Amino acid sequence: MAEIVSLAEAMAEAVHDGDTVAMEGFTHLIPHAAGREVIRQGRRELTLVRMTPDVIYDQMVGAGCARKLVFSWGGNPGVGSLHRFRDAVEHSWPVPLELEEHSHAGMANRYVAGASGLPFAVLRGYSGTGLASHAANIAEITCPFTGDTLTAVAALRPDVTVIHAQQADRAGNVQLWGITGVQKEAVLAAARSVVTVEEIVDVLDPRPGAVVLPAWAVGYVALAPGGAHPSYALDYSVRDNDFYVAWDAISRDRETFGRWLDDCVRGEGAR
Amino acid sequence: MTGNIVTGAAEAGDTGTGAARAGYSADEIMTVTASRALRDRTTCFVGIGRPSEAANLARATHAPNLVLIYESGTIGAKPGWLPLSIGDGILAETADAVVSVPEIFNYWLQPGRIDVGFLGAAQIDRFANINTTVIGADYAEPKVRLPGAGGAPEIAGSCREVIVIVRQTRRTFVERVDFVTSVGFGDGPGSREYLGLTGAGPRKIITDLGVLEPDPATCELVLTAVYPGVSVPQVRERTGWDLQVSPGLAEIEPPSPSELAVLRGLLATMPAAGGAP
Repeated sequence: MAEIVSLAEAMAEAVHDGDTVAMEGFTHLIPHAAGREVIRQGRRELTLVRMTPDVIYDQMVGAGCARKLVFSWGGNPGVGSLHRFRDAVEHSWPVPLELEEHSHAGMANRYVAGASGLPFAVLRGYSGTGLASHAANIAEITCPFTGDTLTAVAALRPDVTVIHAQQADRAGNVQLWGITGVQKEAVLAAARSVVTVEEIVDVLDPRPGAVVLPAWAVGYVALAPGGAHPSYALDYSVRDNDFYVAWDAISRDRETFGRWLDDCVRGEGAR
Repeated sequence: MTGNIVTGAAEAGDTGTGAARAGYSADEIMTVTASRALRDRTTCFVGIGRPSEAANLARATHAPNLVLIYESGTIGAKPGWLPLSIGDGILAETADAVVSVPEIFNYWLQPGRIDVGFLGAAQIDRFANINTTVIGADYAEPKVRLPGAGGAPEIAGSCREVIVIVRQTRRTFVERVDFVTSVGFGDGPGSREYLGLTGAGPRKIITDLGVLEPDPATCELVLTAVYPGVSVPQVRERTGWDLQVSPGLAEIEPPSPSELAVLRGLLATMPAAGGAP
């Protein structure tokens, strides 16, 4: 049953050194405030799982929180490279980063299998690509009914999944809408979960196309208004595209990135 | 984010083609040519960056009923400006339907419902295989780490056909890609069938010099059209294999004033104007 606690408490209770952590949100509703809290709490040796690592994991990788990344697309959307991610892969800075990479369809199906309590999911995918030979957790499988050759992908079962949503009610029921990505599957696949929210309301007002997670399926709920920034929360904020462009320069060299960490995450001005 | 490529941007294609003198850039004629390849009343799975520019240009000109599908789960998005990412709010707000990521891949892409997959590339080879993963022969010690696969492998496999848009250089157009992220025609004729890929594969590769298409018999990419002022030796010079030329080599119509005006209007809507990847 969901507990409503502070962001710092939620992350300290749910995320421990060495955990496998999925922070999801497909461009929309990315749990950035929670990511910065993980950096502040000094977590280490995490296996970070996320379809699109983008700026949130660039920050955590650059801060030295991760030893492994499981992902399917690692760029700054519309802008270019993730420089901290590339520095970790190409130069092992600040620590070496092991990669396990997939396609989006593969990752999505791995979460579906995890949420479904199945050991694997089946798709038409990866066939003929170099991914199958370089990543674990991908295997050929023969359909028992048609004899077709298909691809099996192993279930993802994170220790903890962290997402951001627009609203929770006082009982801890959660509602998110707009582009809802793979968040429902990621929460249901995980042993523990944290949901940061824009607002805690008396009654959830039904929204078209919304995903509702009942309180009993959620671990911790923490109020974090603006907690998706520079991503956004539909009907609460807009995507700060200028920040994504600015991140290219902030992250390009280690010193500038270090100053950003000190000033904007660890320092006085941090939330 | 599919196929949004981040390296090699320094080799911008405005040199040597004569396009700039004609009042448009090589990038502009490339985007316009790509937009013309999209037919009205079809469905298109759109990668961010240049594919998104071209698809939105098509919708704003000759293909108002083109259905744009982004991997964020937005089906029938009608953005009034160019989104920076595949998940910008404008896509969800204007979509006919917004579905989850598992649903967009499993229910919509995988069964072959989508007509055209529109991709970029960091490297492409003579059989139109695409690399967006690593540059360098050793995967574990890459020379350049690229963003990776995103939705591209399954888009390349399952859309009814694929269009690729990519600037042409000797480093980009290689005999054999360093890493097969997305399959074009594999090792040649029969590969797609052997691999169980249900779509027909790449139909056109649109570059800043012209258009390459697969030979129906050999599956090898051949030059089928060039832009005004571009010569065959120039294209061969920027191709890393012994490029064959179609006997019916065509010259592409330059962008019309209205195509250029609409394209420039769209690009002006990007943050850091002109900051498209």
